[in-house]
Amino acid sequence: MTMVRTPEELESLKQKLLAAREPDKPRVSVCCGTGCRVHGSMDVIEAFRQEIDKRNLNGDISVVGTGCHGFCEKGPVVVLKPSGVFYQRVGLGDVPEIVSETVLNGAVIDRLTYVDPASGAKVVYEEDVPFYRKQQRLVLDLNGDIDPTNIEDYIAFGGYAALGKALHQMKPEGVIEEVVESGLRGRGGAGFPAGIKWRLCREADGDTKYIICNADEGDPGAYMDRSIMEGNPHRVVEGMIIGAWAIGAHEGYVYIRNEYPLAVENLRIAIGQAQEYGFLGHDILGSGFDFSIHIRPGSGAFVCGEETALMASIEDRIGEPRPRPPYPAERGLWGKPTNINNVETWANVPIVIDRGGELYSQIGTDKSKGTKIFSVVGNINNTGLVEVPMGTTLSEIVYDIGGGVPGGKECKAVQLGGPSGGCLPREHFDVPIDFESLQELGAIMGSGGMVVCDEDTCMVEFARYFMDFVQQESCGKCVPCRLGTRAMLEVLTRITQGEGQEGDIEYLEELAKQIRESSLCGLGQTAPNPVLSTIRYFRDEYEAHIRDKHCPAHVCRALIHYSVDPEKCTGCGRCLRNCPAEAISGAKKEPHNIDQEKCIKCGSCYELCKFDAIVVE
Amino acid sequence: MDFQLAFDASEIDDLLNGKRDGGNGSLMDVLEEVQARYRYLPRDALILISESMGVPLSQTYGVATFYNAFSLKPKGRHVINVCTGTACMVRGAKKVLERISERLGIQPGETTEDGQFTLETVNCLGACALGPVVVADGAYSGEMTSAKTDALLKEVMSEVETV
Repeated sequence: MTMVRTPEELESLKQKLLAAREPDKPRVSVCCGTGCRVHGSMDVIEAFRQEIDKRNLNGDISVVGTGCHGFCEKGPVVVLKPSGVFYQRVGLGDVPEIVSETVLNGAVIDRLTYVDPASGAKVVYEEDVPFYRKQQRLVLDLNGDIDPTNIEDYIAFGGYAALGKALHQMKPEGVIEEVVESGLRGRGGAGFPAGIKWRLCREADGDTKYIICNADEGDPGAYMDRSIMEGNPHRVVEGMIIGAWAIGAHEGYVYIRNEYPLAVENLRIAIGQAQEYGFLGHDILGSGFDFSIHIRPGSGAFVCGEETALMASIEDRIGEPRPRPPYPAERGLWGKPTNINNVETWANVPIVIDRGGELYSQIGTDKSKGTKIFSVVGNINNTGLVEVPMGTTLSEIVYDIGGGVPGGKECKAVQLGGPSGGCLPREHFDVPIDFESLQELGAIMGSGGMVVCDEDTCMVEFARYFMDFVQQESCGKCVPCRLGTRAMLEVLTRITQGEGQEGDIEYLEELAKQIRESSLCGLGQTAPNPVLSTIRYFRDEYEAHIRDKHCPAHVCRALIHYSVDPEKCTGCGRCLRNCPAEAISGAKKEPHNIDQEKCIKCGSCYELCKFDAIVVE
Repeated sequence: MDFQLAFDASEIDDLLNGKRDGGNGSLMDVLEEVQARYRYLPRDALILISESMGVPLSQTYGVATFYNAFSLKPKGRHVINVCTGTACMVRGAKKVLERISERLGIQPGETTEDGQFTLETVNCLGACALGPVVVADGAYSGEMTSAKTDALLKEVMSEVETV
């Protein structure tokens, strides 16, 4: 067992590990994040191990399964080090060739390289891939290099050095000052300055204090926290230990979504290893400070991302929020002063301490410092995790990094901040993104989910979807949220079913105002945002549904119908065979016909037709 | 219906023995284990757990009905979970969900009468690059279309006959 007792011992362990690493030795780095795993990366890694074994190259080439590299669209992703050759969509059959050609001979296999959709050029090296080139990776920097289940990988890259610095060269108050100076703001949604929150908790009365890591990443379409925990869990653990020392807590909890089995597993392993090496437990790094971390898997309730509901859940009660004040810094978990930050915020802490607050504060905008990780998803070419300095524009993220919208379609809007956020249309894509600018435009940073919508997205249906979401996830404790969201959902559902009436938009706006002002917690207070922002920017779509009974995006079932263009139909029979309602008839090689009475508007025929002969109106 | 495991009080007792002294924060752990064992929370188990842990039954029942992970009705042998996160939705998850719902003849949250299938939705699995995503008995399938959904259902249904 390697117990590390002092910062000096940590430094010598790091040097020893670095010396053993042999930087020139070939390494195959395979992404094993959730996305790549679904694409089969675990089999790919096994194939590499077998191939290397078969060639008796075990001592010469190492294979490392890393956490999420962030470029989920192209999984399984393989990077060959030290050259940095980048291969995407690697299959089992490619493995022997990669070993013989690229690893041993340095030759590049053309078919596996990434082709930039914008220029059509082949990109050989990871650092040249546009998706990565324009990012500034502070938090995700090590995800492609380290094995998240091996603490020594993290230590070799300087891990836990910030903890040593905090414990031995700084006072708790000094740590807090550093975090205040850095300008680090909570990455979970509201953007409250982390250092100030810490100070409140430190100064609160009481001997027993707790810290909590909010890993209940509930916003659909946001998965940066999961990827941090999967790919570099030790950075979160290190951030929590530093925070606990600064605040004066001896116990911490990670409240984590149960839908993230791999993140739970990697975090468990990380906590176990941190204990083994002496970074958790008694007398951490010889400082006399004791701290331990417990994992608390959530049981599937979106509202538990709200801090008071989250604490109720840890206390084994139903996850209902309570009014604030008192804020958790005064009365939190089991009535004790408690500090809650989310995963990405905790992961930034070692970076702040390592660089110093002043240097950190040079990144970002005037009021929003550092980087932010966005998960760019939906109708976008390069789905993945994008870490950029605050102040980057949407246009840079969607087009330069995200590669634009697939299928030659136009980007209609970007939805930011999940069910509490809003949609921004293209005319605002050049606004530098930070906490303030987004709020002014009617969206929020939220946790950083960024859903790109193409022209085929119906904004009314989109708003209805979010309202349905919050209505289901409303805990039911306060009336405005419980009944108000239901009333809004009813109106939106009517509109999408072609039964909208004059005055509906105004009624929605009025309901929204009431719900915003009178709900108990953040869930209700922000629930109307998706509706308000779509009304603000896409009012014409609402009006088309209500007045013309027309869905401009051809999405709402009640307002569309499918027919066959006899000019284009070849009578191949593909749609006929696959129609679940048996609504299509027609002889072979003759134009087919859709029986409107029988048609359930499932869209299978439209999806399947190779001749664009199905018309939707 | 033989798919339903018979409730065994001694099993719950064993589970509780390890937790009784656990102090704070163990009720949900116990419920999770019972849910995993029986695929639901039997009524008698809730009563037994409450009595043994000294937690009011109202609180146990409240927790059991508040969280999505718990169910008071037995879940099917095969669980099909459709991701309805935003990214999957804009890529067509609604159609996929409707397709499965039509084919199985049940609504999301329901179980088929023969106890074989439960259809569920999940808010987001974070596998957004693969959307729409369907998870059948823990196995992920990505980039689902109507045709791929039919193929997946055929595969899952064929397992029923061989059981």
